Order: sequence, then C-alpha cells, then structure tokens
Amino acid sequence: MTDQAPQTEAQTAHRSLYAPDARTRRRNAAERRFRLYGLIAVAVGLGFLAVLLTTIVRNGLPAFTQTHVTLEVALPEAVVDPAGTRDPALMAKVYTFGYEPLLDSALAAAVAGQGIDTDMTPARLGRILSAGAPAQVRRAVLADPSLAGQSVTFRLLASSRVDGYLKGRVARADLAQDRNLDPQHLDIVDELRVAGIVRRGFNAGFITGADASESRPEQAGIGVAALGSVFMMLVVLALALPFGVAAAIYLEEFAPKNRLTDVIEVNISNLAAVPSIVFGILGLAAFIQVAHLPQSAPLVGGLVLTLMTLPRIIIPARAALTAVPPSIREAALGVGASKTQAVFHHVLPLAMPGILTGIIIGLAQALGETAPLLLIGMIGFVASTYPDGVASGFLDPNSAMPAQIYEWAKRADPAYYERAWGGIVVLLVFLLGMNLIAVILRRRFERRW
Amino acid sequence: MSALWTLLAVLALALAGHLLGRARAMSAAGGDRRVLHSLPVHHGASVAIAAAVPALALLLIWLAVQPLAVDARIAASISPEGRSAELMMSDIRRLAEGLDRATAAGRLTPAEAEDPGADMGRIRAAVTASGIPLGSAAGAPELDAAQRYRALETSGNLLRTFAVLGLALLGLGRGLARIRKDFRARNIVERAVRRALLFAASVAVITTLGIVLSLIFNTVSFFRLYPAADFFLSADWTPRFGGGSSLGILPLLWGTLYISAIALAVAVPIGLFAAIYLSEYAAPGLRAIAKPLIEVLAGIPTIVYGLFALLTVGPLLLRMFGPGSLGWMDAASSVLTAGLVMGIMLIPFVSSLSDDIISAVPQSLRDGSLGLGATRSETVRQVVLPAALPGIVGAVLLAASRAIGETMIVVLGAGAAARLSLNPLEAMTTVTAKIVSQLTGDADFSSPEALVAFALAMTLFVLTLGLNVLALYIVRRFREQYE
Amino acid sequence: MTADAPKILARNVQVHYADTHAIKDVDADIADRTVTAFIGPSGCGKSTFLRCLNRMNDTIDICRVSGRIELDGEDIYDRKVDPVRLRARVGMVFQKPNPFPKSIYDNIAYGPRIHGLARSRADLDEIVETALRRGAIWDEVKDRLDAPGTGLSGGQQQRLCIARAVATEPEVLLMDEPCSALDPIATDQVENLIDELRSRYSVVIVTHSMQQAARVSQKTAFFHLGNLVEFGDTDQIFTNPQDPRTEAYISGRIG
Repeated sequence: MTDQAPQTEAQTAHRSLYAPDARTRRRNAAERRFRLYGLIAVAVGLGFLAVLLTTIVRNGLPAFTQTHVTLEVALPEAVVDPAGTRDPALMAKVYTFGYEPLLDSALAAAVAGQGIDTDMTPARLGRILSAGAPAQVRRAVLADPSLAGQSVTFRLLASSRVDGYLKGRVARADLAQDRNLDPQHLDIVDELRVAGIVRRGFNAGFITGADASESRPEQAGIGVAALGSVFMMLVVLALALPFGVAAAIYLEEFAPKNRLTDVIEVNISNLAAVPSIVFGILGLAAFIQVAHLPQSAPLVGGLVLTLMTLPRIIIPARAALTAVPPSIREAALGVGASKTQAVFHHVLPLAMPGILTGIIIGLAQALGETAPLLLIGMIGFVASTYPDGVASGFLDPNSAMPAQIYEWAKRADPAYYERAWGGIVVLLVFLLGMNLIAVILRRRFERRW
Repeated sequence: MSALWTLLAVLALALAGHLLGRARAMSAAGGDRRVLHSLPVHHGASVAIAAAVPALALLLIWLAVQPLAVDARIAASISPEGRSAELMMSDIRRLAEGLDRATAAGRLTPAEAEDPGADMGRIRAAVTASGIPLGSAAGAPELDAAQRYRALETSGNLLRTFAVLGLALLGLGRGLARIRKDFRARNIVERAVRRALLFAASVAVITTLGIVLSLIFNTVSFFRLYPAADFFLSADWTPRFGGGSSLGILPLLWGTLYISAIALAVAVPIGLFAAIYLSEYAAPGLRAIAKPLIEVLAGIPTIVYGLFALLTVGPLLLRMFGPGSLGWMDAASSVLTAGLVMGIMLIPFVSSLSDDIISAVPQSLRDGSLGLGATRSETVRQVVLPAALPGIVGAVLLAASRAIGETMIVVLGAGAAARLSLNPLEAMTTVTAKIVSQLTGDADFSSPEALVAFALAMTLFVLTLGLNVLALYIVRRFREQYE
Repeated sequence: MTADAPKILARNVQVHYADTHAIKDVDADIADRTVTAFIGPSGCGKSTFLRCLNRMNDTIDICRVSGRIELDGEDIYDRKVDPVRLRARVGMVFQKPNPFPKSIYDNIAYGPRIHGLARSRADLDEIVETALRRGAIWDEVKDRLDAPGTGLSGGQQQRLCIARAVATEPEVLLMDEPCSALDPIATDQVENLIDELRSRYSVVIVTHSMQQAARVSQKTAFFHLGNLVEFGDTDQIFTNPQDPRTEAYISGRIG
C-alpha cells in the first residue's frame, strides 16, 4: 500500500485556508452562476405574472368606461304616439327606426347649438350615436307614455368608433376605410367633448348588461353570462359538496384495504389529470346525446363541471380529514359512539373548514373552465336577456363568463377585444373573491394539533 | 305522472315513513325511549330507507331501460325503404319529440297528434315551429311510427309510476312492520350510510366508465364510416362538410406534440431552476412571497392565457418576425405563440411539483455532500437532482400531459390549419383544437366529420391517461424510496 | 507551527439558535492524531459544537456563531475562508449512514472529483481503493464497486461513509454519534476503524455512550447545558473527574 504518497500530495493540496486556489475560484464562480440561473428563473416567473396582470388591467379597464352623448330629444306626439291614446300597446307599433330621425335631428340641433359648422346631413351625423340608441329612447317612452309630446334629456350610447376614439383605440387614419364614420365626425366629437355633450363615464352596462350583436360592441355586457356562471356554480356546489365530502369520508374513514378501494383511489388521482375537454365530450355524449338534456343550459354545464371538479375536491377533503388526529376518533368511540357517529359528530365538523377551503378552490377552477363548455353549446349565440326565473335560469340557454369572453375574442371588431379583456377583469375579480374567502376561512379556523 | 313528480312522491312517502317509524318505535317502547335498542330517529330513518331506496333504484333503472326498449320495439317494426334504418329512427325520434313539444305549446291538440290520418303538412309545420327541424324524407310511415313511439312511451310512463309508487308503499309497510323495541335500526341505518358513502366514492369510477363508453361507442361508429387506417396513418386533414373528407390525425398530432415540446422547453428549465432556487437558496422571506406568487399563474383560467396569446404574444411575435421586419411570419397565430404562452402556464405546475420532490430528498444527503466540501450547486447537481430525478421525470410527464390536453390556448393562439411543418412560426393546429371545431355549431352526430372528434378525443384520452399513469407510478415509487 | 500545537483551537465560542444560547463560552484545544470524545446528556450542545468545527452550522439559517476557532493557526470563521475548502480538510461522518444513491465507487469518488484530487482514471481508482481500505470495507465490496451504496448493511454503509470522508484526504474527521444507528457487531467494527484512523487523522467523536468514549478516545470533553465542563485525558475524566457535574454524569446520576 502506498500510504505515504497521497499524504504528501494532500499536504500540497491543502494550503492555507486564506488563499483560495484557482480551482476553488472556478468552483465558486460556477456556484454563483448556478445561483444566478435560479434567481433569473424566479424573476422570469414573477415577471410573466406581472406582465400578464398589467396586460389584463391595461386592456381591460377601458371596458369599464363608456362614451355617452347627452342630448335633449324632442318626442313629438305625431311620431311616438300617432294614435294619441298614450296606450303603450299601440305606441309599441312605432318601431325603433321611427325614433332614429328624432335622435339625428336632436344631435344636429346640439351641433348647431354649439355653433359648429358642418355640411353633414342629420342622418349621417347620427352615426356618432350607437345603433342601439333609438331602442333606448323607445324603451323609455314605452315605460312612461306621458313623455310623448315633451322634450326629454337622454344620456345615449355613442357608437363604438367614437368610444374607441375617446379611448385612443381609433385614430383618424383608421377611419379611411370605414363605412360608418368619417374623420369629420371626429372633429365634431372633439368639439362636443369640449362642450361636455360627449363624455366618457363609468360603464355600469358592461357589468350588468347582456351580450349584443356583432355590430354593437358598445352595448355588450357580461351580466347575463355572469348569472349563467352563478347558476352553474350553484349546480356544482349542490352536487360536488355532498358527493365530494361523502367520497372523502368513505376513503379516509371507512374504506377497507381491498381491490375496489385501490381502483377508486387510482381512478380519482387519474381523473384529476384528465384534460378538461374530455369532460366536455362526456357531457355531450351522456347528457345531450343520451339523456337529451337541453343544450347550452347552465344545468348541463354545471353537471359537466361537477364531474370535472369532484376529484379535485376529494383530494384536499381527504387531506383535511387526515389532519384530524386519531385521538378525537378514539375519544368518541371511547364514550360508546359508533364509528359513523364518531365521524359525523366529531371528525367531520373539525375537518369542515379545510374541506370548504378545498371546495371553494375547486369551484374557482370550475368557474374559469372554458373548454368543456364549448362542446355543450354554451357559445355561438347571443345571451341577450336575463332568465325570467330560477327554473329557466337552470334550463334556458345561457352563456358563462369564460365562454362569453371566448365568444368576444373571436369576433372581428377590435372593440370586442376590449370587452374580452374587461370580461377577464370581472372573472378574475370573482376568482380573487373566492380565493380570499378560502384564505380567510383557512386563517380563521386553522387548527394546529 | 312525470319522473320528477314520481320522485317527489317517493320522497314524500319516505318522509311519512320516517315520522310513522319514529312514532311506532316510541309506542313499541311504551313511551320509554331507554328500552329501545336504537334511537327513535334511527327507527324512522330505517323506514324511510326501506321506502325510498328500492323505489328510487327502480325509477333510475326504468328511466335508463325504457327508451332503449321502446327504440328496439319501433326499430323492429319499421321497414326503411332505401334509407339506413338509423337515419329513419332518428327522424322518428325527432318527430315524436316534435309532437310532444307541439302539443305542449298548444300548436296541436293531443287528439291531432295521435290521429293516424293527420295531415303531414300541418304536422310538419307545427313541429318545425316548435324548434325541431324535420328531415325531408319524413312522411306517413315515419308519422305512424312516431305515434306508436309516443303511445309506447305513454303506457311505459304510466306503468313506471305505478310500479315505483307500489314498491315505495311496500317498502314503507315492511319497514314499519319490523319495528320492535329491540330492533337494530341503527345498524341498518349505518350500513345504508356506509353504502351511500361508497356510492359517492364510486362516482369517480362511474365518470371514468362514462368517458370510456361514450368515447368507445362514438369512435366505433366513426370507424364504421371512415377507415381506421386512413385516420391513423394519413397525413392529410381536410374535412368537408359535404362529404369526401380526409381525416388523418398525423398533422394534428404533430401540431400537438410540437406545441407541447415548445411549452416544455419554456416551462421545464424555468420551473425547475425556480424550484431549486426557492428550495435550496432563497431566504425564507423571499420563498414565502415568491412561491405563492408564482403559483398564482396556475390559478389563472386558461381562457386568459388564450386571450393573452391571441391579442398580446401573437402580435408581439408578428412585430418581431412578421412582414414589417424579418418577414418570417404571416399571422399572429403560430406554434411558437401557443407554445410560449402554454410554457408560461406550465411554469408553476413544474415548479411546485419539483419543489415537493426536491424537498422529499432527505436532508442527510445534502449534509453528507456539504460535509465533504461540496458547494451547494455541486450538491444540488450531483446529489439532490440525481436522487430526485425519477420524481422530476414524473413531474415533467404530468406537465406534458397537461400540455397535450390544453385546449383554450391552442384554439385561440395556434391557428386552424392542419400542417406538417417544422417552422415554429407557422400556424398549425392540434387534436384539442379540432375536437372543438368539429363539435361546435349544429353538428350532425351521424356524420364522420363530427364523429371524428370522438376518435380524436379517444386518442387524446389514451395518450394523457398513459402519461398520467406512468407519471403517478414513477412519483409513487420515488416517494416510497425515501419514506 | 510547533509539533505539539493543537490541530484545532477554540476560544470563547458562543452559538445562538434564534433566541437560544446553545453553546456558552467554550474553549478547547484538539490535538492532532488523537481521538477526542465529546460526551454529555442530550441537548448539551456537543453536536452543535462539533458542527462548528467545519462550519456545517452555516447551513442552518437561524444559527449564529461567535468566538474564535482556528485550524492550524488560521481562523476558520475569517471572511476570507471558503467553507468549501475548510470542509475538504475537516471531514464529517453523520449519525445516520447517508450514502448517496449512487454506486459504491461513485460514493467514494465524489469528494476527490469535486476537489480535483485525481489526475487520471487510474489515479482515481487508486484513491478509491485506498479510501475503502482505510475505511476497512475494501474486502467486503471490492467485487461489487458498481453496486448501489444504499444496498449495503447499516454497518457497511457507515464504514462506506467514513471511507468517503477519508477519500478527500482530510486532516480532521468529525463523527457525530457514528454508531448510534448500528448494531453491536457493526459498532465494534466501526470502533476498531476509529482506532486505526488515529494514526493519520485528528478524530473528534460525539457519543452518547460513555463506554464507547472510554474505549476509543484518548481525550474526553464533557458538555453540560452548553458549557464545556471538563476537558482532559480520558482516563482521568473517567477515574478522577474534577467537577462534581462530571462525576454525577459518569456515575449515571444525570443524563
């Protein structure tokens, strides 16, 4: 054995601790590089989050303001109530295009009243207004027939081009090819804005309103779709809560160690990773093809999302049950409770906050899910009216927030992109709210054993 | 009586049974509840269970079996001259449903709907007005069959109501009859509770079965209309809704794998390094902030990423590579657009899984390495990562399965053209995107163009399930090694 | 450096874990080519002090060390000192055998590779063989160097870990209760090995077994509640302790 040789070699290798050799310097440089890569990776991840959130907020906030034109509209009896009866049923025979000239001339009068010179006809000038504005006036008149024969001040929607101009989305150069609006219109808008007639304000209609047709993005809102989402979440909650909790209780407290239990456990963990679109296929085949449930109904959407969410709820629910120490069960059994009583009277109440947290997070995931909804028909039509009752809320065709956002993203008019981003802001506010509840619940009831 | 009312009636009987059972138990005990083996509430529940459970089970089975039986009876009686029996049956079913709706809406009187000599033109108008479009081939034989269909349904429903309610009453009576003061009601109730729990746990299995069955049935009918070899081996995807489509999966699979590969190339290094940094280097304060923030990325719905790809990343890439500058890119939708955004989405997925795995490597191994004079990075690279490798491979496989199954990002960001190309700046499409496009709109479920979506979904399901099973197996083996 | 200068010299060493004062004002001289045993009841700070000697405590965020510890006259807590180089010279063996999930060969070769001790493959082979021989395990594993180190028995694993520490040619070997996870036969083997190692290295061993300290060490230090109560020749400590606390511990009244 050559005991001496390495020893002397070692002596030369181990010089003073204070003077690092080249190799150590190299190794330390590699160490710093490695550390830097890690730091960069964390920074990139956080950077993506920051970019994503700022993009959403920057593009989405404009949807929460909308341009309106405040006009005093004369409502001559001869036009709005030709019969002179003030009977809404008869007045309804005057369609919206009967109101159009009234608005056009009101606008022309306002323009003239500001001393603005224009050679445009009132009808062309009227394109500054939304195509939905006459309907707005008509609705007001039908609701209050006494308005006929008076002059009333209305706050009317401006067209999406004008709105885009005020938000900086539309420039004069963009209008060269536009059939609806000319740069001259924008000059007039500029002057009306100075006069306070055209004004950008908070857009409550976006939050509460219904979807609108392709050509009227200024009217589109996410309210109806949000209600559709709420109905779907009610279905998910009503089904996923009992089934998820029961499944977790069974697996955690009662399941014998056998084949069936193994199959169920493996199944749940795999089901949690099945792509969501496959659940859409299941919903299409099972609920629509076989069970003939109605397409586009929140009930069906809720059923599909329930099946998708269940495994994602069972897993945290089991964790919450495991966290309850066995001493609680033993104490209950020790005073003569049956196993079922021990679980339902003692273990479950203690695990409930944890279970609820998991359910809320599962619900939040379901709320944002889009792909399965596309397959059961929750897109492709205009969700234009609110359901007129609870039953129709579950059964009538509706959209859901993510499906509505998808629908807007596919439309050609860029004004709808703004709506899509705005819809995302609303969706994220919902998600944030749910997650906050989950966090508070966890903080409030968290127990350390 | 409709199924819903039958259900409510059964529940009402169960409630009545509960109250009666409780009262009977108290009287059996002579008013002294201490002599009862079980609490009165258990006795009540045992009667309710006896009344409701068999009746509801019968109701469910009946609801599932009756349509099949009626279908079979009608199908055996029709003679489809020159058309496929399946098409004729679907006409008959629609006509029958249309008659239902039209009578419900008052467009037809019940007598008119059942009149075998009714004028087909009038029927057709009423049915179409009720929202059910009718095929042009539907005529008198179809009307006749549809009327018999409805008659069978009606008598079936009547029979069902009697059978279910009869069974509920029978159960109620038997439940009440067996109550004694030493009757073990609690054991019966608890056994029922346990079975109910087992049933809830089995929903996952039923869901899987449902997925598998709906995929298999539709895939099989697709392969009856379209040769399987062409589907799996053809490199051409051009669906035509007039017929004569080529539906080869290869370009779709290529697009799927290409986009997933780019996504993993983004997510794995960033996610892995972030996990290493946060678990091995970061001060606890930084970790407590950065880890949940990165995980926020996982909580953002995929529609948001899809919009981000469509409206932000795509146009950005187009400015960099598009006609104005390098001219390599024609449109904002591309493999790279979708891949990059999907990569961002997967970062938290990779990082939190890797973080769990890295934390599972015992501290003693790190101590051993550091004690020999290794630096932290040497310890991570040569001891921790090799030890964690199986787990990390599992995490990457799970991420890959996520990428393959992701839908919204590719629907919005990748484009619609099926193409076999190597250029990441070109638009391509994926399996999931085509499932959506073939099944949205008013798809006719008997055409190969719609059914192909089920074959695509089957492929997707098998692929992701395989990856998941493999990944979960590897991760479980890894964990067992260090437990 | 004179021949009888201590290998490691500690003065005034204090260790704090967050708010806990774990080591209080410890002075100690540890001689070269000697086995020094640290004994004392659990929680007395003996392991903490051991981990100060190669700065393993650096890996614990909340741990602060002050005072002066010198290796061959150089302050190991000096800002210029790289703990990585220090640990190459002051090796460590842990309570639980912790072979890496690699082959036996790679376990041993790990240290020499990262420190660049071998010029060639043949060189490395020789270093591995020498280390395994010094770890008294060569004969048991020479035919299966490619087998995973985790497949060995507990005693073999611990000797493998000792060989792994020896392979980087350290001058000091720190052992933190190296036999506590081993059965009596394996313990005996490791103790014999420690006795052999004394001819080449300064060995510091933390043990909870007084018999073991008496069997393997020449010097013994007794720790109690973070204080170094008594430090001297092993024979003297066990036969004629100066401090009443030492005597109480030796005779089994505290601990």
